This record gives sequence, structure tokens and C-alpha cells, in this order.
Amino acid sequence: MDAISLIVRSIFVDNMIFAYFLGMCSFLAVSKNVKTALGLGIAVTFVLVITVPVNFLLENHVLKSGALTWLGDEFTGVDLSVFSLLIFIAVIASIVQLVEMIIEKFSPALYASLGIFLPLIAVNCAILGGSLFMQQREFANIGMATAYGFGSGIGWLLAIVGLAAIREKLEYSHVPKPLKGLGITFIVTALMAIGFMSFSGINI
Amino acid sequence: MALSTKTKAALLGPLNKNNPVIVQVLGICSALAVTSKLEPSLVMAVAVTLVLAAANVIISLLRKTIPNRIRIIVQLVVVAALVTIVSEVLKAFAYDVNKQLSVFVGLIVTNCILMGRLEAFALGNGPWPSFLDGIGNGLGYGWILVAVGFFRELLGSGELLGYKVIPQFMYDAGYENNGLMMLAPMALILVAVIIWVHRARNKDLQEETN
Repeated sequence: MDAISLIVRSIFVDNMIFAYFLGMCSFLAVSKNVKTALGLGIAVTFVLVITVPVNFLLENHVLKSGALTWLGDEFTGVDLSVFSLLIFIAVIASIVQLVEMIIEKFSPALYASLGIFLPLIAVNCAILGGSLFMQQREFANIGMATAYGFGSGIGWLLAIVGLAAIREKLEYSHVPKPLKGLGITFIVTALMAIGFMSFSGINI
Repeated sequence: MALSTKTKAALLGPLNKNNPVIVQVLGICSALAVTSKLEPSLVMAVAVTLVLAAANVIISLLRKTIPNRIRIIVQLVVVAALVTIVSEVLKAFAYDVNKQLSVFVGLIVTNCILMGRLEAFALGNGPWPSFLDGIGNGLGYGWILVAVGFFRELLGSGELLGYKVIPQFMYDAGYENNGLMMLAPMALILVAVIIWVHRARNKDLQEETN
């Protein structure tokens, strides 16, 4: 039950894009049409679902103060959390590389549609942000961490597909010249964010 | 010391025509998320400038020895190490600000400005131009942050750096703080307004399609 409410909350209330602005760069760059937006959204969700639990395990069994107790009593006082950034980003970069190779091997069709986005994802703030928020919120178990990764990914996907759909329609509207392109995209995102604010305060 | 034209271009270009945030669309995430007050915006601007300049120099020194295929990972590790240093320094000397910035200090690692400049500039240029490029782009990023932070704090809470600047008689006369300014969406609108003004003045930057 907790997991489901966590998923719903991370999709709507704590939406990666509208509440924290994570992954804005690719959000703005790859939202020109719905099809590619959907592809990138799926890829981000996929990578989040894998990296957040992996980093959760590392955080709780290697990095946290006292996490190394399983190695022996003399490690109880060791606190490696200084290195969490380095470890997280290394894990993300290598998992992205791994996922890319696995998809290429087993599903060339999926690779053809997702392939170009995968390298982009290693430097997507939403992925690292997912791991850092996981560290900050101290989830109880790996199930919750996975649920959080999944929910954040779906929230991101929803946002980028929504923006892409609006931008496709926007093609036919009359926008002041200096606002064309980037400017109007910012304003549309802001309006969407105001819409998503209506979800805040919901307790599930 | 007289600056050559090239130095000037590296330093001043990113402030205006080549701005990383409003023209190249890099590093938007943090530009929006930390700007609800002026102080964290300033700290963030300084932190990014320092990390960018240092990373640019290191990568440009290593550029001949990094194998092409693993360069992204090398860049990420260099940047992550620098960011870890910055975040530890912040924790030691500016704990409150560090609290406000929360995960966004760590997210400097994936700030697209860093990867963008490392890929586009540091890999092909010597250390000194790379250093200038880093400082220039950091400042270009910084002034957007400070501008947005300034207006959000001024209009949102009537304060600047924590000091009251809107006098009491204004409130007595019926003036109210705009609470919406403190919320996330207004950061987007403010950046959009900056883009609007900037492109109205620089017609060559205007886009053709929506």
C-alpha cells in the first residue's frame, strides 16, 4: 500500500519536472514531437527503475556511516558518504552503457527506437536526482526505492509527452517573434507546472 | 593588462550572445530550482563557475591522453570529484545555504553546461583559453541565476539577502507579497521574460518555428 501511494505521489505531487525541474535540458530539447518524446520517456523510466535500487543497495551496504559493519566490527565507524556522488554517477554511467549493449544484442527494434537517447540519459539530471533524493529520504527497503524510481520515471514521461503534444499543436498558433521556440516552451511548461500544483497537498 | 580580442570573446561572449542558459539552453535545471532566494542563487553561481573553470583546465590538460571512447566517464569522474570538494566546503562554511540547495549541489555533476563546455571547448583547446571559457560561461550562467533570484526574492517576500527592502508603509497602503513568485512555475516565467527581452534586442537569435 505504501509503495502504491509513493508511486502516485512521485508521479503527480513530487513530479521530477514540475516540482524539481530535473531533466529540463533534454525535456526542452527532445519535446518537438510525441513519438520521440515517448521513446525518451520510456528510456528514462527504464534507467531510473534500475539505477535507484542499485544505488540504494550501495548506499545502505557500503556508503552510509556504519554500513560496512557486515565486513567485521572494526568497520563500524567507517563513513564513506563523501564518495556517494562519485559512486552514483559511475554506477549510472556504467548501467546506461550496459543497458545500451543489452538492448542492442537482444532487441534491435527497441534499440533502433531508443538507441540514440541512451547516451543522453547518463547526463540527465533526473537520473542522478532520483538517486540523490533516494539518499536524502532514506527509504525503508529496496521495494520502496524501486517504487520511487518507477514513479519518478512515469512522472517524467507524462510531463514530456504532454509538452510534446502541446508543442505539436502550437505549430499553428501565432506567437510573438522573440518568444518563438524556446520562450514559449518555457511559458507552456510554467502553465503545466501550475496545473500540476493542484495535486499538491493530496494525501494518499 | 590589455586583453586580446580572442580573450575578450571567450570571456564576454557567454554573457550575452552566447549565453549558456538562454541561448544554448544548457543547465536549466539548477537555474530554475535554486533561485527562490538571492543568496542560494549567488552561492550556486560561484560554485558552478569554480567547478567549470577547474574542470575545463583539468580536461584540457588531459585532452591528449584521454581515449576517445571513455571520455564521457573520465569527464564525469573529474567533475564529480570537483563537486564533492565544493559540497564539502559548503557543508563546512555555509551549512544553511547547503541545506537550502539540498541535492542541487550534487546535481552540478549532471549540469549540462559542464558536459557541454568540456565536450565543445576543453577537448580542443589549451588550458588558458579553456580557463577563460569556463569563467565566461560560469558568469553567463551566474547572471541569469542572480537576476531570477533577485526578482523572485524581491517580489515574493519583499526581502533581499534576508533584509527587508520594501518599506512598511507600502504594506500599510495595501501592497502584498506575491506568493506565487516563491513557487516553481514563476521561475520558468521569469526566464521566459528574460529570453523575450534578450531576443527582442538580438533579432538574429529569433527562431522561425514554434
